[in-house]
Amino acid sequence: MSRDATTLRVAVTALNATDNPAPGVSVLRALRDAPGFRGRLIGLSYDALDAGLYARGLADAVYLVPYPSLGPAALLERLRAIHARDPFDVVLPNVDSELLSYLEIAPELAELGVGMYLPTREQLELRSKVHLEALGEQSGISVPRAATVSTAQELFKLHDRIPYPFFVKGTFYGAVLVHSLDEALAAFHATVAKWGLPVIVQQRIDGEEYDVVAVGDGEGGLVGAVPMKKTILTDKGKGWGGVAVKDPGLLDMTRAFMEATRWRGPCEVEVMKDRDGGYHLLEINPRFPAWVYMSAGAGHNLPWAVAQLAAGLRPERLEPYRVGTMFVRIALDQIADISDFEKIATAGELVREPSGEEEPS
Amino acid sequence: MNDIDRLRDLALSETGFLFDPYSGATFSLNPTAVTILRALRGSADRVAVLETLKREFDVQSADLEHDLDEFIALLRREGLVSREFGLS
Repeated sequence: MSRDATTLRVAVTALNATDNPAPGVSVLRALRDAPGFRGRLIGLSYDALDAGLYARGLADAVYLVPYPSLGPAALLERLRAIHARDPFDVVLPNVDSELLSYLEIAPELAELGVGMYLPTREQLELRSKVHLEALGEQSGISVPRAATVSTAQELFKLHDRIPYPFFVKGTFYGAVLVHSLDEALAAFHATVAKWGLPVIVQQRIDGEEYDVVAVGDGEGGLVGAVPMKKTILTDKGKGWGGVAVKDPGLLDMTRAFMEATRWRGPCEVEVMKDRDGGYHLLEINPRFPAWVYMSAGAGHNLPWAVAQLAAGLRPERLEPYRVGTMFVRIALDQIADISDFEKIATAGELVREPSGEEEPS
Repeated sequence: MNDIDRLRDLALSETGFLFDPYSGATFSLNPTAVTILRALRGSADRVAVLETLKREFDVQSADLEHDLDEFIALLRREGLVSREFGLS
């Protein structure tokens, strides 16, 4: 494994970049921005039309990998083949649904000399929506009341314990606010059809939502964190713009979560601040959010820290992030040649030649 | 953190653009509001704040007091000071 951080060869997953983007493009941009970085960046993605595959100046090479539903064996086989031709030192998975597969194949990847910096299976379970309320009780963190629902019948009496309106959530993704039994039943069936059982019902708390991108050191401490307030939302409620804030209460809650779970690796902490100034933990996403590039923009480059930790290196202490750093997304039409699509669609890979441009002497 | 320190932490530009680093909220202030905010950051004493404002504006005391009270109510409403905030 390479020991010079600036020459690391880093593979990054999830290059889908629609109006609800995966984090991969953001992670690649943060790594590309790391001071002195002259290593190699490799993109791993699932679909030949994932927009990040066609972004010039990001990944030196991109490869398709099997969908998580095909299981860890297929993923390992593909990663071995890629690694044999285009070696990498670390891989940074960025999608919830692929984490278990990567944990499963971690020993084999380690044999190849490939490192990762991920939470353990137990930590993933602790922060799951199903167990979040228990985590709150154990850690003293305020968490909205919640119930795990496996049948539609359970919804008929649930409002006695969790009054309307409440959220109906899928285990991995999706949240629908409902105001009545009819709406709850419709949301239940739609959620089951899309994400399967069980479904989580969570109390709604009124207030302002904040998000924190954070990295835990696996020993109860915090490698770094940047709290953000969304300033622009899409019609799906996803952040399209945001600004870094300096609310100490958000960082205190993040530290409490790290301490309670001894979290290792990246995560996104979703927090609701109520009108009385109370903080409530809504959700923990066990990977970088799609807005993580803002951490690099704010001078607190968390993907770069994680890449080094995954390689077994000790990153330099992160500088404090710059409060007031903003991000605003933009939708651009990228131009690609049909031959690029051909390479991705037929061979599942696109290796870009160096541009040939030399630095002026 | 007390309310005056909280007000001192707000990022206020020359043009009257105000950024609250705690909530991420932004505001546009007119020149009168900028002057009142600057005065409030210097003192929580009502008489002292009004004296500062009198030096800046050639208007009746009653108008200044009305503007000051209205601005403080706005600060409370936007959560930039606590609900209990008032001048001594």
